[in-house]
Amino acid sequence: MAITTDHTRAVADGAHSHAFGQGVVPQGSRAERVTSFDLADIPVPSGREEEWRFSPVAKLQPLFGEEQGAGGVLTTVVEAPEVKVEIVGRDDERLGTAGKPGDRTAVAAWNAFAEATVVTIPAEAVASDVTSIRIEGVTKDATAGHLLVHAERHSEAVVVIDHRGDATYNQTVEVVVDEGAHLTLVSVQDWADGAVHASSHRSRVGRDAKLKHVVVTFGGDVVRITPDATFTAEGGEVEMVGLYFADTDQHQEHRLFVDHAVPNCKSRVTYKGALQGTGAHVVWVGDVLIQAEAEGTDTYELNRNLVLTDGARADSVPNLEIETGEIAGAGHASATGRFDDEQLFYLMARGIPEVDARRLVVRGFFAELIEEIGVPSVKERLIESIEAELEKSMSVITGVAPAQGGEADPA
Amino acid sequence: MPTLEIRDLHVSVETKEGAKPILRGVDLTINSGETHAIMGPNGSGKSTLASALAGHPKYQVTAGTVTLDGEDVLAMTVDERARAGLFLAMQYPVEVPGVSVANFLRTAKTAIDGEAPALRHWGKEVKGAMENLRIDSTFAERSVNEGFSGGEKKRHEILQMELFKPRFAILDETDSGLDVDALRVVSEGVNRAKDNTDVGVLLITHYTRILRYIKPDFVHVFVDGRIAEEGGPELAERLENEGYDRFTNGATASA
Repeated sequence: MAITTDHTRAVADGAHSHAFGQGVVPQGSRAERVTSFDLADIPVPSGREEEWRFSPVAKLQPLFGEEQGAGGVLTTVVEAPEVKVEIVGRDDERLGTAGKPGDRTAVAAWNAFAEATVVTIPAEAVASDVTSIRIEGVTKDATAGHLLVHAERHSEAVVVIDHRGDATYNQTVEVVVDEGAHLTLVSVQDWADGAVHASSHRSRVGRDAKLKHVVVTFGGDVVRITPDATFTAEGGEVEMVGLYFADTDQHQEHRLFVDHAVPNCKSRVTYKGALQGTGAHVVWVGDVLIQAEAEGTDTYELNRNLVLTDGARADSVPNLEIETGEIAGAGHASATGRFDDEQLFYLMARGIPEVDARRLVVRGFFAELIEEIGVPSVKERLIESIEAELEKSMSVITGVAPAQGGEADPA
Repeated sequence: MPTLEIRDLHVSVETKEGAKPILRGVDLTINSGETHAIMGPNGSGKSTLASALAGHPKYQVTAGTVTLDGEDVLAMTVDERARAGLFLAMQYPVEVPGVSVANFLRTAKTAIDGEAPALRHWGKEVKGAMENLRIDSTFAERSVNEGFSGGEKKRHEILQMELFKPRFAILDETDSGLDVDALRVVSEGVNRAKDNTDVGVLLITHYTRILRYIKPDFVHVFVDGRIAEEGGPELAERLENEGYDRFTNGATASA
């Protein structure tokens, strides 16, 4: 039995109709997607392929090629005392164990990197502090990077990857969570304007292991992240949480794939985003595959978008493929809505000025998700970033409302 | 004495077919401390009056004036009207996910007063007002109106009326959908606000039932977008016995 549902497109702006179905390469099962370490197996895309149809391939072009250096970013790791950090050559046998590249940027990144950063949380170790990996863009040269985070048996840790500055960066993040380990991995894309970032996150989750995978995207011109997670033994649990905020002419794309290859694992995906300004474009694709052997699977994925202004566009595509009937639960939901004027009226009718009322509603939209992330330093940073997003774009927000007279004296 | 004065108010609503006139010349003067009941059949324009006074963008004022102590209310934005002392208890309060009742109340109170309320005093005041309205204290941490029952939403509206202390409160069918117990609790809240703040009340209702708990000084009967008859509390009693038939029949005949 194979059930595929495809809730293609939730475009709140009618002016941007999408030419769905024209020249798109059809795809049967997600399991049929080509994965390989060999550049020759995954050619440079034209933009019409299923996995590239929403992407600005012209801007991503430097990350498709074979010529990618190492000098465009500076990587600084501040690790918890229990955690081990190494810089290793590309022949290190631990690399490439979390799965094969699944698209052109991923295979190009794999073939281009010279050295990798390996972060190991030793068996039984409980990290007493957050391990922070700061990746700062310094030049616009196309640069490839490779990071492996390995949580060994029964270890516990929080690892935060923080991207800043301006770069053209092609990245692989391998995540290996061994038996009984609990890992929280957070990737924050707080790039400066102009940055182009493609990143393949490939995770392998072992027996009774737990991975909380968090993606936060605010900055950069083009950010395209493809987090994959595969269960390798029973009892695994993956929670994928994403939060993004796209402004004028920003493209933020998050394509997830959860592979339930073994029985009795659980996955939860919750991604929420806000958009404002002309040309702001977010894409969320959530593929979940429940293989025939994966009885007892429990999965749910959710994507919600809040469109704050005209001219912004959200594409949201959840796909659930089920090859066995013996599951505990499977579902998905996707909704894209405009800012609710009735909410605005209600708050303003209580004396709250329009700008503050809009802030309240947007904060409220993200509130539950921010709680779910559960890493206090990231939470504070997130609240600040959301405030900054709202602040810098308040002219965009108020721009859609009719011009207002002077402020009334509240006293 | 603060006065809310409505003169020859004409209001249209935006529809797919274009602007549709609803109010056709409303005259009404409310002084602080007075309670005016506005009654009338469905579709007579009662709720349109409430929404237009609060400044809902769906309604356009095509003629007439509304002043609060001589200040032009119609020139004010929605939030300015609230800060000037107008309060609308809504017929269908809106859910605001992720914004807690406690945060909402404090934010609104700060906006209305122009300064944040003193923390400890405010906490006590909110707690006391919630107890009076039989609102469980756990509601403070819940999202505004999210998952509230109809009665809980209405009590939450009156809670705001008590806490924000407006000069004029418009209650838009606050009684509709309430059982007798909830109606009594809500009415007690309105009466407390009247006793404590000398608020002027515009009580919009389809039924006479709530007038047993909140005594009106004046009763106005709304028909076809204007006031068809006015009187004292005795008019409400007459409506209770006779219904709106003689007005609606009259309206049909004159149309």
